[in-house]
Amino acid sequence: MKQTISLQVNGDTYQLAVNPWRTLNEVLREDLKLTGTKLGCGTGDCGACTVLVDGKSVSSCLTLAIEVQGKEITTIEGMAPNAEELHPIQESFIQKGAIQCGFCTPGMIMSTAYLLNNNHNPTEQEIRAGLSGNLCRCTGYNKIVDAIQDAAEKLREDK
Amino acid sequence: MSLPKFTYLAPASLEEACGLLDQYQGKIRTKAGGTDLMVRLAQRALKPEYVMGIRNIPELEGISFDPDKGLRIGAMALLSEVADNPVVLERYPMLSRAAKATATVQIRNMGTVMGNICNASPSADNSPTLVAMNASIVAVSSAGERQIPIDEFFLGPGRNALEATEIAKEILVPVPLSRSGVSYQKISPRSKVDIAAVNVGAMVVVDEQGTCQQARICLGAVGPIPLRATSAEEFLLGKVITDEVAEKAGALAGSDASPISDVRASKEYRRLMVIILTKRALLEARHGTGI
Ligand SMILES: Cc1cc2nc3c(=O)[nH]c(=O)nc-3n(C[C@H](O)[C@H](O)[C@H](O)COP(=O)(O)OP(=O)(O)OC[C@H]3O[C@@H](n4cnc5c(N)ncnc54)[C@H](O)[C@@H]3O)c2cc1C
Ligand code: FES
Ligand code: FES
Repeated sequence: MKQTISLQVNGDTYQLAVNPWRTLNEVLREDLKLTGTKLGCGTGDCGACTVLVDGKSVSSCLTLAIEVQGKEITTIEGMAPNAEELHPIQESFIQKGAIQCGFCTPGMIMSTAYLLNNNHNPTEQEIRAGLSGNLCRCTGYNKIVDAIQDAAEKLREDK
Repeated sequence: MSLPKFTYLAPASLEEACGLLDQYQGKIRTKAGGTDLMVRLAQRALKPEYVMGIRNIPELEGISFDPDKGLRIGAMALLSEVADNPVVLERYPMLSRAAKATATVQIRNMGTVMGNICNASPSADNSPTLVAMNASIVAVSSAGERQIPIDEFFLGPGRNALEATEIAKEILVPVPLSRSGVSYQKISPRSKVDIAAVNVGAMVVVDEQGTCQQARICLGAVGPIPLRATSAEEFLLGKVITDEVAEKAGALAGSDASPISDVRASKEYRRLMVIILTKRALLEARHGTGI
């Protein structure tokens, strides 16, 4: 029952034979070995699996791989511009101590990318609302908010 | 959590979709955003042989406004699209508020308002305002089209008035009447993201003197379906909606509700919140009438 599909992930095109019931999360992690995208709850609640599909943040655990053919998928592996440099959001997370165990971090960064693409200068409240679909068991969120404010500032200066 | 096996179908037109529903009756499930459906599949609460994705059907797209017919929300309009749509924000701001109060950013980028209604959860965020605003759902099958008033759409938890061979095409919301006001109020254990413990939608229409001519109040999460607070509605007719009148209407809504206790709240707390949220909703709706 496998179907051949073509997925565009981080600018690369992959031809894959997948069963229709496989989620984007499974295909990214198991078939493409892009394990930066995590699987937490599997039910849409935690945000650890967040990726961008055509620029919109979605839960890859609730997305069917066959339904995102022809769309541009961005995962945490696609954020850094090259092997030497990190994305400004990633740098801010490191500098502000917003990472402890790190399990939530890829999802947090993808949600931050979506937020900052749509709002260059978010208030603290807008940051907290924008990230409310991402759970963190370690940091208590304050340092994540600091990191996002820092990243927003850097990205504004880059423009 | 992996999903059970199914065959995936992606019709490219409504006609094709209706044909598939006829052909596989009882074995097929319609999938919009999948944010409810995928979870139920993963839990093995449902095991359809066929899953029909409806995102390639152009007739289901879009949000539009017609000065005579009102608002049309296509079945595939995302929660985030309804929340941010300029016409919705301008003319139906409470529909935007309700869509924005639903779930998380990610889920709003995947799920639809129609899916929220079709899923028929008594606590669904988008039901109370749509009931208050007297919306209807257009259903299509190979036999033709029919319009279902939202008051007749919800049959019980998870059960709606669609036939197995029907697909819901769009939601229609009438043009807001002059001197009308609407409100949506929600309370949940967490400030964001969470399913409502109680939610209330209200619409009132008043005359030039501010006397109430029409009231529609819908209570969520306090019964098997989103419930009309009929005794509160009747009480309001012919009265100016003062703080005191809103308070009394709230108390009547409390007796219209039939809440249960669960993990989100006790029934006593729910009844109390119905009283308070109804009062708040009525006062905000009155304010919205501009009188
Ligand atoms: C983490 C999480 C948080 C959530 N939080 C909330 C919340 O706060 N408030 C809330 O109200 N809901 C919440 N939900 C539930 C869900 O996201 C919403 O109900 C959503 O609007 C469903 O839309 P969908 O397009 O994803 O529906 P789907 O899952 O695709 O469909 C839902 C049901 O409706 C049927 N259906 C869908 N479209 C049609 C159609 N056009 N014709 C016929 N039948 C159809 C499907 O067969 C299915 O039975 C949450 C879900 C998750 C996973
Ligand atoms: S793993 Fe997808 S939201 Fe938790
Ligand atoms: S850093 Fe551990 S879950 Fe967020």
